[in-house]
Amino acid sequence: MTHLILAGKQLDITIERLCHQLIENHGNFKDTCIIGLQSKGVPLSKRICKRLSEFLPESNILHGALDITFFRDDYRRSEKLLVPSRTEIDFIVEGKKVVLVDDVLFTGRTVRAAMDALMAFGRPAKVELLVLIDRKFSRQFPIEPDYTGQAIDTTITDKVQVEWKESGNKDGVWLVSEIKSKTNGKAKR
Amino acid sequence: MGKLSVKHLIGIKDLKPEDINLILDTAQTFKEVINRPIKKVPSMRDVTVVNLFFENSTRTRLSFELAEKRLSADILNFTASSSSVSKGETLIDTVNNILAMKVDLVVMRHPKPGAALFLSQKVNSVIVNAGDGTHEHPTQALLDAFSIREKLGTLKGKKVVIVGDILHSRVALSNIYCLQKSGAEVMVCPATLIPKYIEQLGVKVETNLINALNWCDVANVLRIQLERQDIKYFPSLREYIMQYGITLDILKKLQKKIVIMHPGPINRGVEITTEVADSDQSIILDQVENGVAVRMAVLYLLAGQPVG
Repeated sequence: MTHLILAGKQLDITIERLCHQLIENHGNFKDTCIIGLQSKGVPLSKRICKRLSEFLPESNILHGALDITFFRDDYRRSEKLLVPSRTEIDFIVEGKKVVLVDDVLFTGRTVRAAMDALMAFGRPAKVELLVLIDRKFSRQFPIEPDYTGQAIDTTITDKVQVEWKESGNKDGVWLVSEIKSKTNGKAKR
Repeated sequence: MGKLSVKHLIGIKDLKPEDINLILDTAQTFKEVINRPIKKVPSMRDVTVVNLFFENSTRTRLSFELAEKRLSADILNFTASSSSVSKGETLIDTVNNILAMKVDLVVMRHPKPGAALFLSQKVNSVIVNAGDGTHEHPTQALLDAFSIREKLGTLKGKKVVIVGDILHSRVALSNIYCLQKSGAEVMVCPATLIPKYIEQLGVKVETNLINALNWCDVANVLRIQLERQDIKYFPSLREYIMQYGITLDILKKLQKKIVIMHPGPINRGVEITTEVADSDQSIILDQVENGVAVRMAVLYLLAGQPVG
């Protein structure tokens, strides 16, 4: 069963609100950089950056994409081979405030790995977490988001599927329940 | 998510084109990793690797060792000259004794063709062939393919000539398989140092160096392996240099700018001159850098299969 959580105008409003919250805390983004997590966090982080630079035309907001594959804790334990994506961070995060951006926060393991992976680029002054969807009550690590698009209740067998038009799909977030899913099985978490 | 179709890396012959693509794409991400301020990732921190070298090697052994260290693996180094092999221990016994110490992956260089395949059939471990006699040297071919792809954007439709001692070269055979599976055309040169029936692999044979260089986009120059030549395959080294040595003059007279590669070690002044090896057309040192990234990809993908 597939249930639409967020799409269209509602999704735009949510991203807009997240941008406002970021500006409240980071001002002109002089010492802040935004880093999207591969793969589905990157389109979101790019959109946030684009919107922020419309609000703050004078500031040059640093943006990066971080792949966490080599820092995951399920290498040799996962059924699937963990195939990496690209990391594109052409600056040093030493002394900067970093906003990590991901689509869904579930167990917290991805964010744990991301914090490890980030340290290869210097010692950040502060790391914050922004997620579009927070799946409540499912954490396996003590990790909580600083900025949340929407918090939802799910069961462990549910999957939250996020699609972006940048990857050739229609924008939207769907909740896919175990029974008779009509989606093409792309759900990740 | 992709998956390799093989459990060991014995030769390029066993790989599918998708496997080669997966390895090269993964190597691309590792190349970014080894250019970071902190060049190490923790992926293989619970994996132990033994480097078994029954034959001399500088580049390959150091490159594998560095790749393993960058992946945080634990490493055992073994060289035949300082081991019980000289006391008469067999290959399987040596390896099984090492595996009894809970080693997950074996990287082996051996002077006998087929040694890696033999080992993969007899012992329960992942085997990576780091060169077996005159048979195959898969990681060298993969890093050559990676370097060409990086320089020219793609391998598809590119023309590569392999010049030199094809007869005694494991690099040549692995390169031919790897380039063809990636969609490139291959020519070999010159004639007396080429094994019989090589045309059956679908490669062109050319005896004239200038014609070969005018045809190609990339020239991969191999070393004359004097140590493996028990009979004379050419009248004298001087004659070989005159006929097949690549000089800057020759490169300048070609219709286009070609890429020069060499797997090392170079005999400067024999197969290529110093000026050619150090010219801006040469990607010899890029090959060495890429070697670490490609070996990281091979180790990461082979060791990444679920422990079962």
